Amino acid sequence: MKHTIAVIVENKPGVLTRISGLFSRRGFNIESLSVGATDNPAYSRMTISVEGDDVVLEQVVKQLSKLINVIRVSRLDPQESVERELAIIKVSANKDTRSEIMQIVSVFRARIIDVSPRSLIIEVTGDEKKVDALQQMLRQFGIKEMARTGKVSMVRGSKVVQAGP
Amino acid sequence: MMVRMTGAEAIIECLRREGVEVIFGLPGGVLLPLYDALYSSDMRHILVRHEQAAAHAADGYARATGRVGVCLATSGPGATNLVTGIATAYMDSVPIVAMTGQVNTGLIGKDAFQEADITGITMPITKHNYLIKSSRDIPRVFREAFYIARTGRPGPVLIDLPRDITVDELEFDYPEINLPGYNPSTKVHQLQIRRAAEALMAAERPVIYAGGGVRYANAHEELFQLATRLNAPVTTTLMGMGCFPTDHPLSLGMLGMHGTKYANLAVQEADVLLAVGARFDDRVTGKIASFAPKARIIHIDVDAAEIGKNVRVDIPVVGDAKIALTELLKHVQQRPWTEWNEKILSWKREYPLRYTRDENVIKPQFVVEKICELCPDAIIVTEVGQNQMWAAQFFKHKDPRKFITSGGLGTMGYGFPAAIGAKVGRPECEVIDIAGDGSFQMNIQELATAVVNDIPVKIAILNNGVLGMVRQWQTLFFGKRYSHTTLGDVPDFVKVAEAYGAVGLRATKPSEVEDVLREGLASDRPTVMDFIVHRDEKVSPMVPAGASLSEILELES
Ligand SMILES: Cc1ncc(C[n+]2csc(CCOP(=O)(O)OP(=O)(O)O)c2C)c(N)n1
Repeated sequence: MKHTIAVIVENKPGVLTRISGLFSRRGFNIESLSVGATDNPAYSRMTISVEGDDVVLEQVVKQLSKLINVIRVSRLDPQESVERELAIIKVSANKDTRSEIMQIVSVFRARIIDVSPRSLIIEVTGDEKKVDALQQMLRQFGIKEMARTGKVSMVRGSKVVQAGP
Repeated sequence: MMVRMTGAEAIIECLRREGVEVIFGLPGGVLLPLYDALYSSDMRHILVRHEQAAAHAADGYARATGRVGVCLATSGPGATNLVTGIATAYMDSVPIVAMTGQVNTGLIGKDAFQEADITGITMPITKHNYLIKSSRDIPRVFREAFYIARTGRPGPVLIDLPRDITVDELEFDYPEINLPGYNPSTKVHQLQIRRAAEALMAAERPVIYAGGGVRYANAHEELFQLATRLNAPVTTTLMGMGCFPTDHPLSLGMLGMHGTKYANLAVQEADVLLAVGARFDDRVTGKIASFAPKARIIHIDVDAAEIGKNVRVDIPVVGDAKIALTELLKHVQQRPWTEWNEKILSWKREYPLRYTRDENVIKPQFVVEKICELCPDAIIVTEVGQNQMWAAQFFKHKDPRKFITSGGLGTMGYGFPAAIGAKVGRPECEVIDIAGDGSFQMNIQELATAVVNDIPVKIAILNNGVLGMVRQWQTLFFGKRYSHTTLGDVPDFVKVAEAYGAVGLRATKPSEVEDVLREGLASDRPTVMDFIVHRDEKVSPMVPAGASLSEILELES
């Protein structure tokens, strides 16, 4: 089972190491981890995807909560959350294939952000499945390089995960 | 009014405000400004011979006094020498603050002389750690460090001190603690307390399993009241030893690998198991799948992450053991003495801890019993191995702060320096390190520390000439193939003691044991008592590693 958790941490040096170190030491499996500052620059928000059963998830949450620099840990129910990932993909292209690629890109509501005689760079956001699907489609043309951010996630509606009360 | 001072002076001021009375340490280049400030302060500093001993001494001090122990080591090798001691304290939840020197902030990351990334190294073995980058942060960091070390589930905190921050000046201001991510729980969940009380009252075969958390929370009286009110038998872990008097009719002694047969049988038969401040270590549970198979499990722990970590828990109670037990006591009434209690008494009669006595050879168990008889109120510290298990089994523990041993990490070499720390913290108590000849040699150099600083600890070596516990496993599980467990010609410990300026005594026959002990205990100097015992003596009973608690072997020796 894959789970997604949001973690609000103090924005201090070494915090990422503490988090990733905890995962490796306790034998938890991180699928992806993405970090960025929150609206309050004193805090960062991490979205972490973990693989494991409910017992593992519970331990992950409890162990993370123990870290002094961790302010809040929240499980995100996939049914009630929006999840997004960004990928940029450099794909081989020439005059024969370019238009076909552009068609695929438009079907996926992705964007072309760089064009050169032998390649295109495509930007896509969406849930993991969508990014996977586009990647799959582009493979036939030859993916030269790809960068994916890993997932970010947020609960729908007015409920929030933040540092304050 | 704010006062201007150097970082080094600020550190000493912080220690003073935290009530620190002694530091165990050893200097080095980057620590010179701090040691210089120490020179003009009235802070007591005990110079050790190896930094590992500084960490263990701080740990022993903390366990014996209930206060935070403090140790200090220089950058690089000094800092890495602390690591075993810090990990030992971490595994047993002992509050210590370890300070390490570090190279100047501008040199960090440049592989400077004697640089080690000690915050990186100790991240997994500290409750928290700090690298101070500016002298201004010193007061805040020290205040937080002591607070974190001693609150909630206690543990070691490390503070890394680059040389320049100890020289730079600052305006000293001791700020309030502001740690938004750290809220040690003080309240317990009333619904869970009521569920726990109901389960205990409905139990036909209750067993209480108490660990080190009871000791740290000072909850032994509440534990005693609960157990006697419920007439529930109590077994303790190695760390919980002394939290319930071993000579009480409800006492089951220790459980687990070298626990009593009756404790293990009781746990396997229990219908409700109340675990308090214990973490279901594998040395205790044996094979998890068949641990306490008939029991509903109630688990009280201050650390929420312990609940459900190793075993499934039916009724979790997150909170300090003293608070939780006090609440629980409000909801339980007197339970009668039942068939279950009688059953346990019959098991206790049937399977007592025992050993065969011998006229000609000293039995290590006999030495421990004699120590207990002659000095029942001593603080007993142990090394690791058979000596540790015999000390746990054959001493009658009745005071929670008087059994000091490395349970979680099982660190050989722990006992002697920890004994030094305990004696410094509680000079009025007799402190005896029950040692193996192997373990004692891991920090034997601290004889110098004890002698020079006039710390009259006693070391009772159960000298079997071998790494006894490992040899026991080889005997039982490796067809007596004694691969590298014979120490060979061990040094003459009496002469070693004398060379260091300590007292050395030896007993080679059972008839000499009592005299040696009397003389050793009467000595007001550090004293080594060397008891020559047989190398084939075994710790019994024993649950083989990975086996179920029901598969307990009684070993002949
Ligand atoms: C630092 C360290 N190294 C190795 C071990 C593994 N070990 C556990 S018990 C033991 C033997 C201890 O021998 P000794 O101190 O002579 O005590 P005895 O068992 O003979 O009483 C060893 C080597 C350990 N626990 N700690």
